Amino acid sequence: MSATEATFPLSPEAREIRGPSAFGGGLRRFLYLTWMIGLTEYRLTYFGSALGYLWSLMRPLMLFGVLYVVFSQVLKFGEDVRNYPVLLLLNIVLFSFFADAATRSVTAVVENEQIVRKMHFPRIVIPLSCVLTATFTMLVNLVAVFVFLVAYGVDPRWTWLLLPLILIPLILLTAGAAMILSSLYVRFRDVSPIWAVLSTALFYATPVLYPIDKVPEDFQRVALANPIADLLQQVRRWVVDPSTQGAFDVIGGLPWLLIPTGVFLGICILGFVVFERQAPQIAEQL
Amino acid sequence: MPAPHAAVDVRNLRKTFRVPRQHMMTLKERALHPFRRAEFDELRVLRGISFQVREGEFFGIVGRNGSGKSTLLKCLAGIYRADEGEIRIAGRLAPFIELGVGFNPDLTAHDNVVINGVMMGLSPAQARGRFDEVIAFAELEDFLDLKLKNYSSGMQVRLAFSLMVHSDAEMLLIDEVLAVGDASFQQKCLDVFYRLREEGRTIVLVTHDTGMIERFCHRVLLLEDGLVEMSGDAHEVGRRYLELNFERRAEVPGAQSEGGDAADVADVWIEDAEGKRVPAVAHGEPFSVCALLDVRERIDRPDVHFAFNTDEVLNVFGATSRAVAANDDEPFLPGERIVVRMTSENALGDGRYFVDCSLHGAERGMIAFRGRACEFVVFGGTTGSGLVSLPHTMRVEREMERVT
Ligand SMILES: Nc1ncnc2c1ncn2[C@@H]1O[C@H](COP(=O)(O)OP(=O)(O)OP(=O)(O)O)[C@@H](O)[C@H]1O
Ligand SMILES: [Mg+2]
Repeated sequence: MSATEATFPLSPEAREIRGPSAFGGGLRRFLYLTWMIGLTEYRLTYFGSALGYLWSLMRPLMLFGVLYVVFSQVLKFGEDVRNYPVLLLLNIVLFSFFADAATRSVTAVVENEQIVRKMHFPRIVIPLSCVLTATFTMLVNLVAVFVFLVAYGVDPRWTWLLLPLILIPLILLTAGAAMILSSLYVRFRDVSPIWAVLSTALFYATPVLYPIDKVPEDFQRVALANPIADLLQQVRRWVVDPSTQGAFDVIGGLPWLLIPTGVFLGICILGFVVFERQAPQIAEQL
Repeated sequence: MPAPHAAVDVRNLRKTFRVPRQHMMTLKERALHPFRRAEFDELRVLRGISFQVREGEFFGIVGRNGSGKSTLLKCLAGIYRADEGEIRIAGRLAPFIELGVGFNPDLTAHDNVVINGVMMGLSPAQARGRFDEVIAFAELEDFLDLKLKNYSSGMQVRLAFSLMVHSDAEMLLIDEVLAVGDASFQQKCLDVFYRLREEGRTIVLVTHDTGMIERFCHRVLLLEDGLVEMSGDAHEVGRRYLELNFERRAEVPGAQSEGGDAADVADVWIEDAEGKRVPAVAHGEPFSVCALLDVRERIDRPDVHFAFNTDEVLNVFGATSRAVAANDDEPFLPGERIVVRMTSENALGDGRYFVDCSLHGAERGMIAFRGRACEFVVFGGTTGSGLVSLPHTMRVEREMERVT
C-alpha cells in the first residue's frame, strides 16, 4: 500500500530535524526566551506580593542583621576590619546571588517538565533564566547596598565604576554551576540534598563573614583557589576599603592567580559541556 | 488540493528508549556500586519508519496505545533525538505538540500570550502586537486581567487555539487536542480545523478518533508496534485501525451460552460484503451477521433470532429467520451444521454493538442461546445522532405570510 504511493520532492529549503540541544531553536529565540522567562519569574517572585520589592531586599537584610549582631556585637569580630558592616552586607548580597541562582536551577528542569516534554526550545534557557532572575534580584539589592554605603560614610570613588568587572565573572561562574547542577539533577535526584549541604559549606568556606586577612597565612591561598573569594576580595578593595590589598597581591602574584582562574574557566566550560551533552536526552529521562 | 511538494520527509526513523533495570537514580548508589554496570531494558519504540507528508496536507496518525505515535511526533518536533534515520521538514514548525503548553497559570492572558508568542519564535514586540487579534478570536475580551488559573479549561483551550491560529507556523503537530472542552467547544475546535485546512497549513494530527480522521485527513498513517502498518486513504486506514483494535478481543467479555441437548450456537460473527470476517462495519455498507449451529436432535420448524444490543439499550433491532428465510420449514437434522446469515445495509449509528443469538423450535421454545456472542463497531455515520442513522434529507422553508 505505502510502497505504491508516489513520493514527492522536498522543497529546497527543507532542513533536517536533529533533536533538542542546548541552543537548538535559534539564537534570537534563545535570547528572547531567556529574557522573557527570567523577567517573568522575577516579577512573579516579588511582585505577586503586596510588599514586592521589600521582600526581595528582606532576605539578604535579615541574614545580614543576624550575622552582624552575632559577629560584630557578640563575638566582637569586625572591630579591626574597616567598614565591616558594609563589607558584610555587600558580601552577603553577592554570595546570595550565587547560591540562590544555583539552588533555583537544580530543580528547574524538573519543575518545567511540561514544556520540556512537549516543546522544542533551546534547553539552556532553563538554567540561564534562573541565573537571570537572580541577577535582577542582585542588581536591585545592590542599589540598597550603595545607599547603605553612602549612609555609612564611605566616600564614593571612581573605582565603584569597576563593579561590572566583578559582576560579569560572578554571573558567568554562576551560570556554569547552574548548568552542571540542573543537568545532573535529571539523572541523579540526590544532587538536591548534596547541593544544599555543599552550598552551606561554601558559604562558610568563602570569605563572606570574614575578610581574607583573618584566614591564617598558610591557608589564604587555599581559600583563594575559590574564584568567588578572589572576586569578593577585589570588590572589597574597589568599593569598601581602598586600603586593603587586591586579590592579585593577596594570593601572591600571577602564577598563583592562575589557580582560581583555572577553576573559574573549568566550571564554566564543564558546565557548558555537561549541559550540551545532556540536553538531547533531558526530555526522555524526566 | 495538496501541492505536489513534500513538507515532511521521514526515512527509516528508529528510536529506542533505554530504561534502567535497577534504579540507579542517585549518586549515592553510583558511589556504592561503582563497578556495577547499569543494565538497561531496550524499548524499541520506533523500528524503521518512513513516510511523507505533503504541503498543505491534513495528515493523521493513528495506532493503538503504546504504538509510538507520541514518540514519533516528538521526534518530528525535535523534542526527542532519533537514534537513526532522517527527518527533514520544510517550513516553519510550531514548536509544541499540545495546546496550551507553556501557559503559566499565575499570569494573566496578556503575559501568557506574549510569552507563548516568544516561545513560538516571535519577538516580544511582535507578540504584543498580535495580542488584540488573539484575544478577539478567543472571545476573551472580558477576562483580560484574570489570571489563567481562574480560567475555565475551555477558556484556556480557546486561548491556546487562538494562539495557534495566529502563530506564523506553517506546520502544526498536534497530539490529541480534543481531550478537553465540552461538546460545544469541541465543535468549535473542529471549525478551527476546517479553517486551518482551508488555509492550506500542513497539519499532522495524532488521534484515536476515526470520525475525525475521516472528516479531516487527506491521508492517514497507521502505526503498529513501531512500524508503519498501512498508510494512505483515510477511510481504508481507519477501517484497518478498527480491525486491529478489536482483533485481540475475539473473546467477548460477558458472553453467556446456554446450549441444550438438542443444539448449540457454536459461533457468531460479522462478515463484510465479500464474506470476510470483520470486527467493524462502516455505516451504509452491506454486512451480514452469521451464526453456526451444531444440531444434535431433529428440530421442526426451527427459528433463529438475532438481537442487537448496546451497553445501554437492549434490543436495538431483532431479526428472525422464520419471517424472512425462504426455506424456513425444513427441519434441522441431527449431525447437521447450519449456517444462518442475516444480511442488511448498515443503518446503525456509530457505536459498539453486541449480538445475541438464539435457536427456537416448534413446541420446544428456546433450544439454545448465546448472549453477547459477538461484538462489532459501526463507524462512518457522518450526520445525525442516535442508535440508527436513517438515510434522510432535510429542507428548511419559510412559511408564507398568511393573508387575513
Ligand atoms: N521517555 C520515555 N522513556 C521510556 N519509555 C518511553 C518514553 N516515552 C515513551 N516510552 C514508551 O514508548 C512506547 C510508546 O509510547 P508513545 O507515548 O509513543 O505511545 P502512543 O502511541 O502515543 O500511545 P497513546 O495512544 O497511549 O498516546 C510506550 O511503551 C512507552 O512506554
Ligand atoms: Mg500518545
